Amino acid sequence: MSDLVNVTIDGVAVAVPKGTTIIEAAKQAGVLVPHYCYHPSLPSPAVCRMCLVDVEKAPKLLPACVTTVAEGNVINVNNEKSKKARESVLEFLLINHPLDCPICDQAGECELQDYVFQEGRANTRYGDYAKRFNPVEDFGPDVLYVANRCILCTRCVRFMESVADEPVLNVSERGDRAFIGIDPDHLLTHPWSGNVVDLCPVGSLISKDFLHKARAWDLDKTASICPGCTQGCNTMIDTRDDIVVRLRPRANLEVNRHFICDTGRADYRWMNRGDRIEAPLVREGGKLIPTDWDHALARLAELTRGARSIVILASGRASTESLGFVRRLADHGTVTAAVKVPLGTEAPLAGVPNLALRKERAPNLDGARLAGYAATWAGALAAAPGADLVLVLDADIDDAEAATLARARSAVVIGTVDDDRIHCANLLLPTTNMAEENGTYVNRDGRVQRYYQAKAAPGMARPAWWIAAEAGHLATGASAPKTAAAAFATLSSSMPGLGGLTYADLGHTGRVVSPATTGAAR
Amino acid sequence: MGFPHPNHPKETIVLSQYFGDADARTYAGWVKRGGYEALKKALGMAPEAIVEEIKASGLRGRGGAGFPTGLKWSFMPKGDHKPHYLVCNADESEPGTFKDRELMRWTPHQLIEGCAIGAYAIGAERCYIYIRGEFTEPWRVMTKAVEEAYTNGALGANVFGTGKRIDIVLHRGAGAYICGEETAMMNSIEGRRGNPRIKPPFPAVAGLFGMPTTINNVETLTAVSHILNRGAAWYKGLCLSSPKSTGTKLFSVCGHIMKPGNYEVTMGFPMKSLIHDLAGGMRPGRRLKAVIPGGSSVPIMNAVEAEAALCDYEGIVAQGSMLGSAGFIVMDDSADIVYEIYRLAKFYAHESCAQCTQCREGTAWTTKILERILKGQGKREDLDLLLDLSEQMTGKTICVLSDSCATPIVSGIKKFPEEFDAYLSRAKAPALAAV
Repeated sequence: MSDLVNVTIDGVAVAVPKGTTIIEAAKQAGVLVPHYCYHPSLPSPAVCRMCLVDVEKAPKLLPACVTTVAEGNVINVNNEKSKKARESVLEFLLINHPLDCPICDQAGECELQDYVFQEGRANTRYGDYAKRFNPVEDFGPDVLYVANRCILCTRCVRFMESVADEPVLNVSERGDRAFIGIDPDHLLTHPWSGNVVDLCPVGSLISKDFLHKARAWDLDKTASICPGCTQGCNTMIDTRDDIVVRLRPRANLEVNRHFICDTGRADYRWMNRGDRIEAPLVREGGKLIPTDWDHALARLAELTRGARSIVILASGRASTESLGFVRRLADHGTVTAAVKVPLGTEAPLAGVPNLALRKERAPNLDGARLAGYAATWAGALAAAPGADLVLVLDADIDDAEAATLARARSAVVIGTVDDDRIHCANLLLPTTNMAEENGTYVNRDGRVQRYYQAKAAPGMARPAWWIAAEAGHLATGASAPKTAAAAFATLSSSMPGLGGLTYADLGHTGRVVSPATTGAAR
Repeated sequence: MGFPHPNHPKETIVLSQYFGDADARTYAGWVKRGGYEALKKALGMAPEAIVEEIKASGLRGRGGAGFPTGLKWSFMPKGDHKPHYLVCNADESEPGTFKDRELMRWTPHQLIEGCAIGAYAIGAERCYIYIRGEFTEPWRVMTKAVEEAYTNGALGANVFGTGKRIDIVLHRGAGAYICGEETAMMNSIEGRRGNPRIKPPFPAVAGLFGMPTTINNVETLTAVSHILNRGAAWYKGLCLSSPKSTGTKLFSVCGHIMKPGNYEVTMGFPMKSLIHDLAGGMRPGRRLKAVIPGGSSVPIMNAVEAEAALCDYEGIVAQGSMLGSAGFIVMDDSADIVYEIYRLAKFYAHESCAQCTQCREGTAWTTKILERILKGQGKREDLDLLLDLSEQMTGKTICVLSDSCATPIVSGIKKFPEEFDAYLSRAKAPALAAV
């Protein structure tokens, strides 16, 4: 117990590890210390002075972000002294802030707006002086700098310097003339630089992609996992009226801390595609005819039951649940199962160990491996023409692959986007994309992580695990799960790699199931 | 004043003995005057013994804070096998202060010797002297003197054949007031923006380049050789008032005064005599109105306080201000206190490094309010607003620049309310043109 320090924060007694800062200790006590420059993933400069708190027996208010707790500290975050200091900082910040909230993208999720509303002055004492003016600057492919709104917290400067290790931003000028400067020969082209937009507590650094797109209070937020690569960064999908408008990082200190790469951030438009398969299509007399699920599932059961050799061509973006149940459909015969792995260049974030945009641009390669997708893509493709049945699970099929697929004896495509290349299939079954379903991915470090349904599925689309499980039930009488949680529990109880976990065990940050087979070994 | 005045009989001349004596600037001239004997003596002593000697002398920091020098040196870790650094703060940018400039102009070797002794005492092989960018002549003089010291073996890998290494690096500032703040100075030397750092860690733990560092003012270090030569007891005996303030001190006197210049007196010397005797008093027909004694960053003293004060750390505090850098800005009855305060606030607003919110915004805002008052557009509430803002600018930021801006404002309003009232009631014509 000697490495714990006992402190009282706003009357709540907590014991925290030695060396904990007041601001973090306060979180343990359920007290939020308002702050701007502090960020748990950045070095603390203690410059905004917003987190000054009254520590009994200290002669002055102390910055909670850099002051570590001492045994017996009695800390008052919300007494008159602390609140008056914060009110004053807010007043100072506002005298040069344009208050253009009605046209600012940050409004509704702005920490200046929030704290001023919470404990700022109702009116200004600044008088009739003009506010500081600097023009809007283009900072890079997706970043605008609205200098007038800047509160000089320097989070962006510190991110580029200490985390991205590409120090192209600085504080230029002095005093109230200061602004964030950028190296004239550089823009924010670093592959992780978009994080400065999230880090900015106000609407000063804003995303061009999100510019004037939606008001923050109209957004629905859904916890998700970035499907961009094997890293498995935790994300938030922001939707407005069932349309994905933005992806943002969600904190997971074990995986991505508070960051996502620009590639992952920008890659969401496919989630909104309208050219979808919306009803099951069955080949009747050479034509694909829309049908209902009863008919379609019966057909799928019939096709699989009769097949002794089955090739599965799956997308690496499919959930563990879908990969698992589709794989089960083929349990009775010989199976050649593979996932498609698009490749790109690796782009690490220097300041965070084991965080990078990975070469393997699919999120669930380890989930596929656990589910028994052992073949190479090329091997599976080569086996396709000789197999009794080829099952395609939402894999992107190019022209050459489509030609191979056309030579298969029979083919079933469980897919999202409608495409001529898959029209050779005997059966086309509409499925959900990852934004439309609940599921799990297993990242390169063997971490199983949940993602949640962020938008409604189009038409009759169903999760692939449901399709496969229902067809399996018709074929073999095996009971079919009705929810993703049940699907995961069923797989987990039979797949040793998943260790008997349930959704309840995974929480919001996931669990590592197979550390021995990490991406590092790949 | 560019050129030193003749010594006044009431002065106690130690540091300023060779002001105006060009021969003392050279290595040979300095040695002829007994120079570098203290360094030779020091190199034969244990570093701890030097620290003890300085402790015993009662020498305190001459840069403004008055921290006991020996105690500061004793904070340096021992046996840590890390490089230690001594930084000499020669960024003298405090308004109204010009003592370090003269020490460097006339007695560069006095400083070099003090730096070398200090470096040896704290286990440092390297000393940085950070010289204010605008100090062109001191820079030239110091550059030449350091070269000469190397040539004559007073610096380098084998100082005076003792096998001990002491290097001095001159680093020239680029014109920022804030770089006189010790942690900002370290950032500046490291090539970073001159922003003050958060303490802790204190420089003795992690200072320049993250290594144990001591920062001393020019005048502090120049006193060191005299203490070693003449003994701690002699130095401690130089005391007219508080036993906590010992030695001699250079006072830079400027403003509405007949004979502006540097005056070296024993600690505890009466300010009244310093102003009226040594510095020649007021211009004919004028009377003393106010003194800002510590450079500009301390409370203003009115005439009564100033004339009652004894010039040492405690004596000036007793009269409601602080010794600071001991640059006396003297104002007679022609001075417009509101304007003077405005001018100071404008200076701090210009020099704020922009890190802390209260300072960045507060210095500029208070300047605007003072400007409004001087334009005859002030409101009664402006005084309360100034006081309230000043309170929020005090004790809340990383360094004390913000406090320094607030201090003259608060003391000015408190001690000279009638001058503010004259503008607010429109009894006095605006000092600035209204726009």
